[in-house]
Amino acid sequence: MTNISSSAVVAEAGGPLVPEGLPTEPQKAKPAWRSLNFGPRMWISLGIIGFVAALAFIGPLFYPFGPEEKVGSLYDQPTWMNTPPTFEHILGTENFGYDVLAVLMASARNSIIIGLLAGTIAVVIGVAIGVIAGYVGGWVEELLMGFTNIVLAIPSIVILILISISLQSTGVPFLKGVVGLALVIGVTSWPWTARAVRAQASSVATREHIDVAKLSGARTPSIMVRDVLPYLASYAVMAWVLQLASAILAESTLSMLGLGPAGANSLGKQLFWALAFQAVATGAWWAFLPPTIVLTMISFGLLYLQSSLDEVFNPRLRRGKKKNLAKAAARREETARKLAENPPVEVNA
Amino acid sequence: MGLRRYLANKTVWYLGALVVAVVLNFVLPRLIPGNPVDVLVSKMGQGGLSSEAQQRTYEAFMREFGLDKPIWDQFVLYITGVFHGNFGASFSFYPTPVSSLIAQSVPYTLALQLPAIVLGWIIGNLLGAIAAYKGGSWDKSVFTTALLFNSTPYYCLSIILLYVFGVVLGWFPVGGAYSLGSSPEWSWAFFSDAITYWYLPFASLVLINIGGQAVGMRSMAIYELGSDYVNYSRSLGIGDRKMTGYIFRNAMLPQITGLALSIGTMVGGALITELVFSYPGMGSLLFGAISSNDYPVIQAVTLIITVAVLVANYMVEILYGFIDPRIRASKSGEK
Repeated sequence: MTNISSSAVVAEAGGPLVPEGLPTEPQKAKPAWRSLNFGPRMWISLGIIGFVAALAFIGPLFYPFGPEEKVGSLYDQPTWMNTPPTFEHILGTENFGYDVLAVLMASARNSIIIGLLAGTIAVVIGVAIGVIAGYVGGWVEELLMGFTNIVLAIPSIVILILISISLQSTGVPFLKGVVGLALVIGVTSWPWTARAVRAQASSVATREHIDVAKLSGARTPSIMVRDVLPYLASYAVMAWVLQLASAILAESTLSMLGLGPAGANSLGKQLFWALAFQAVATGAWWAFLPPTIVLTMISFGLLYLQSSLDEVFNPRLRRGKKKNLAKAAARREETARKLAENPPVEVNA
Repeated sequence: MGLRRYLANKTVWYLGALVVAVVLNFVLPRLIPGNPVDVLVSKMGQGGLSSEAQQRTYEAFMREFGLDKPIWDQFVLYITGVFHGNFGASFSFYPTPVSSLIAQSVPYTLALQLPAIVLGWIIGNLLGAIAAYKGGSWDKSVFTTALLFNSTPYYCLSIILLYVFGVVLGWFPVGGAYSLGSSPEWSWAFFSDAITYWYLPFASLVLINIGGQAVGMRSMAIYELGSDYVNYSRSLGIGDRKMTGYIFRNAMLPQITGLALSIGTMVGGALITELVFSYPGMGSLLFGAISSNDYPVIQAVTLIITVAVLVANYMVEILYGFIDPRIRASKSGEK
């Protein structure tokens, strides 16, 4: 996802700064993403997200214990607290005697999968409805936005609870598990994306290039995909990041209410069991702190990423970066000076 | 004319949303295969009832819950019941009416949420406005802290606070709403006991609210600070004090909306915090109902959450029609 966004930004920002045909080799050799000036926020958030992703997807490859492997009894303390300390089970065991770190890795993986699935579903539905409503207009817009507003007004947690209860009591394991939960969350969380996308799409629809496309005989679906959608891409990426975060949190809320994915681990379910077996009251911090911290990291990392993406896409929000402005000015001056010293004509000749 | 049309338009939409919500609330639990009465009777059957007696209780329950009637009649019964504040009887605490279970739980939820929302709103807005106005390192530290609290899931903060201040330091009791010996009553002794149980869940909610409001207010105020009317008034030489007044009033409008909306989410906004602290509010009621398939209670709780949110949203839209002149000027409302 970052690849799409970065190339879009490069096309916009990279152009005017470096005139073509300049003899400045080092600048050309620089990879494209270096010109992005991500800033520390972006790196912090990417670092947090990268850490959690590595824990969820790479960790299990190296960790010797599985999440369904009984290695101890109820809330065995981390082995480094024993005398003599060992590093066998760094985070001890949880209520069923499974290794907490192994369960945590599996939980984080499932939570991220639920988030990715649900977030993608929500953004796809939201962008589709928003673009169609905003571009087509008329009664289609009235109808779609009326529907969106009604769904938006009903608190999504209520619909989530009601649908999950119905799904839990069906006999279909597919609907009770990770995928079913992701579907439910995705299908209920698109409305605000649709509403925001509609506003942008109807402003794009009045631009001149749309008229050009119409005159050249392009059909409506093709215009929506090729001429409207690209202008919303940066917004869609940011909405996707937010949907990802809120889907992961929705999963954990539902799981803690007892409506989590059946037969699968998730961060919310880990907390559910920890609360059910009194981990907090008995002081078994290794059972409940790891999922709590991972959830907070996911939520903070993604929201922070969203706000820094906002700054990348929307330069007006960049505030108080005098150092960067000065740097950019110095760079421009430098290129201008070089340009004056050896004009590009000579280089080409 | 514009205002009247706006109000009518909003009223129609919110009534539509209410109808959809009520229908969903009625239909979704009934899609569940199997009959809730089966569960109830089989649970009683474990007590050693004869099959004939079971059959009789089954029929009695079917009549009691109106499940022997066609679905349309059930719906009419449900609606008329709801309008009279009658949500039927709870399955798991039969024959306690659902409305009395809710009446027991709501005060605890309100006692936590109302002060947390109002206090969090006031402190958060002040902090956000000061951060935006002062800028510099003040802004940076306030913003980062607020962002951290804003993006922490509220139940995660609850768990951490409970563990640190309740378990490790032992400053506060670990769970529940009052000590084992006492019972809820209007007395000073009960109040002073209950408040020690109230501090921690309240603190976890108020911190999250402060964070959210401060982040929102800061960005609103920064936006206003850079707007044309501010620059223009500055060039006219209008004093700082008067300018702050203008900025504050303009930045406040969305914040007031935020307050009204969060009061709407009061009932459903902190369900998990109550679970973490085993606080006997609506969250714990819902949790218990879900784990025991107590559909009348689940339906009542979700309906109350929905209606609270819808009413708050509707009030905000109506209030906006009166406060914000731009809405009256525009031909049709916001899509």
